[in-house]
Amino acid sequence: MNTPLLEIEDLHAKVAGKEIIKGFNLVINEGEVHAIMGPNGAGKSTLSYLLSGKPGYEITSGTVKFRGRDLMALPAEDRAREGVFLIMQYPVEIPGVPVTSFLKHAVNAVRKYHGEPELDTMEFIKMVREEGRKLGIDAEMLKRPVNVGFSGGEKKRLETLQMAVLKPQLAILDEADSGLDIDALKVVADGVNSLRDGKRSLLVITHYQRLLNYIVPDFVHVFADGHIVKSGGKNLALELEEKGYAEFVKEK
Amino acid sequence: MASPEIIDESGDKYKYGFVTEIESETAPKGLNPDIIRLISAKKGEPEWLLERRLKAFEFWQTMTEPTWAKLCYDKIDYQDLYYYSAPKQKAAPKSLDEVDKQLLETYDKLGIPLKEQEALAGVVAVDAVFDSVSVATTYRAKLAEKGVIFCSISEAVREHPDLVKKYLGSVVPYTDNFFACLNSAVFTDGSFVYIPKGVRCPMELSTYFRINAKNTGQFERTLIVAEEGSYVSYLEGCTAPQRDENQLHAAIVEIVVLDNAEVKYSTVQNWYPGDKDGKGGVYNFVTKRAACRGVNSKVSWTQVETGSAVTWKYPSCVLQGDNSVGEFYSVALTNNRQQADTGTKMIHIGKNTVSKIISKGISAGFSNQTYRGLVRVAPSAANARNYSQCDSLLIGSKCGSHTVPYIENRNKTALLEHEATTSKISDEQLFYCRSRGIAEEDAVSLIVSGFCKEVMQQLPMEFAIEAAKLINISLEGSVG
Repeated sequence: MNTPLLEIEDLHAKVAGKEIIKGFNLVINEGEVHAIMGPNGAGKSTLSYLLSGKPGYEITSGTVKFRGRDLMALPAEDRAREGVFLIMQYPVEIPGVPVTSFLKHAVNAVRKYHGEPELDTMEFIKMVREEGRKLGIDAEMLKRPVNVGFSGGEKKRLETLQMAVLKPQLAILDEADSGLDIDALKVVADGVNSLRDGKRSLLVITHYQRLLNYIVPDFVHVFADGHIVKSGGKNLALELEEKGYAEFVKEK
Repeated sequence: MASPEIIDESGDKYKYGFVTEIESETAPKGLNPDIIRLISAKKGEPEWLLERRLKAFEFWQTMTEPTWAKLCYDKIDYQDLYYYSAPKQKAAPKSLDEVDKQLLETYDKLGIPLKEQEALAGVVAVDAVFDSVSVATTYRAKLAEKGVIFCSISEAVREHPDLVKKYLGSVVPYTDNFFACLNSAVFTDGSFVYIPKGVRCPMELSTYFRINAKNTGQFERTLIVAEEGSYVSYLEGCTAPQRDENQLHAAIVEIVVLDNAEVKYSTVQNWYPGDKDGKGGVYNFVTKRAACRGVNSKVSWTQVETGSAVTWKYPSCVLQGDNSVGEFYSVALTNNRQQADTGTKMIHIGKNTVSKIISKGISAGFSNQTYRGLVRVAPSAANARNYSQCDSLLIGSKCGSHTVPYIENRNKTALLEHEATTSKISDEQLFYCRSRGIAEEDAVSLIVSGFCKEVMQQLPMEFAIEAAKLINISLEGSVG
């Protein structure tokens, strides 16, 4: 029943010579939704970048396993192909590259990795339009260059669309609610929730409890000073909303 | 096997014994009036052309090589070059097994069929693959029906002397610049195109014969004349990399566009760029100019430049006719130790003339690239309009990119716009792509293709696909 998907053990990591992650432990089983909440500057985004393989992060000790494999040994693209997907807080613009061709490259790179035949343009367009419709993304938006001139809400919708077509085993949401109005938030949450099938897992990183009204977590962890200081059920999020993070932030 | 090495642009083998001559005869190195007389005699040229050549040579001796471009290369010894029939005796490889592996890999990536690969590598003669005589025959019949002339410049001198005499040198006079002057004295190859009044050329010219560019001369001379109300799209070059023994290339392209006519000229230039350390490679000094002489005439230059060690090239438009339009779309990519100083000149003379410049420069490795462009508005050019956009993309931290726009406006009613950007492929962009499963090299080519999209869209479809592949190949090894 409880098959571990992601296992992080005593992880320590540095960014620009400074230790940000200090003894971080977490196990996410298949089908579970975990929320990591914490004060600004606790290293939440660092954690998401570490897991997805952004260069510039140095692991000093500890292990991260994904489906039993050493995740940290893989380059970023292979982590994505293995099924780790990061919904970014600030998605970047890629001028001149239409959403469809960007996504087609991504989808076919993943398919190739798994020895599956690449999709031709017709099949692909059909699939993307279908997924796009569910997220309120029209065909016009698919023709625009990736994130160029997109509103905050459109960017997050596009992130969600990418997740929907790549169908990852583990989706990491890094402050996915930042800059979103309530309607856009619902769209993103619906998209994320529709991915849940009892096998896929979610790691929701957020400062505010708001998003967790829509993506209901099984576990909530408080992240402060580079590691988890408290874990609990979904009610912990409400508690934090009320009391704030003050009791977890050490006086320095 | 008797390999007919020389094939002119129309696809016909030279039938006049030229082939055997070029294999057995090589004029000595160096440039003097006797060599020029020899070239002219070999080509059976009329007296007036020989005189022009000699006049050009005389003038050339008074000129000095320009040094204003941001280019650095070994001094060229013009007396140490062959100006007639550079030796081609090097033994042809017997099979593809004997051909440079790297070259073959590149052919594969470009998707060039095996048969064509053999021809490009010189294993078999081009006509053994293409049966170009029969292709040429149907092709020519179709063109002849419309009165279109498309032949080698030498043939045009013989068959259509009046047209050649009238237009050759009328856009780029021999006094124009050092390299053009040299070309005017010694040119040996090139194409002639004439589109009669009211005719829309029924096909993209030279598409079928791009492979024959293999033997394109060192001093190429092209002349295109579009009569009133005519249209032609001309493609020059070849995406397949060409090993060339001639280090110096100095070509001239002249285009004359009359009332309501339009010429679209597309180039893919992929001469040998030299090796990783900048050894070898072609020096490419080209003068390309179009004269929009007629009202409402239009010319459009599109170029994808990935080859050559040194590029010096500024395809220009002289907008004489009222309401005439000039366009320049360029992608220049330099990698390793390549250097390019390229851009355009838009000379507004007629009223309501419009020009547009879209230049995309990509520098990688240790390469250096300069956009150099002139927009000049004469006092007569009321309501002239220009829009220039020059974008540079840097890959890595060892390359250089420079933008040098010159704007000279002598008419108050003119409206000139210039935009320029310089950007780098950011780590954030690369990570974003990789976090979606796209490998780093693919991410770079995706970002680059987005960067030059506006220009690539101007190319004819088939050419555009090949050019995109070519850009990817030229970028290889530029990351990491």
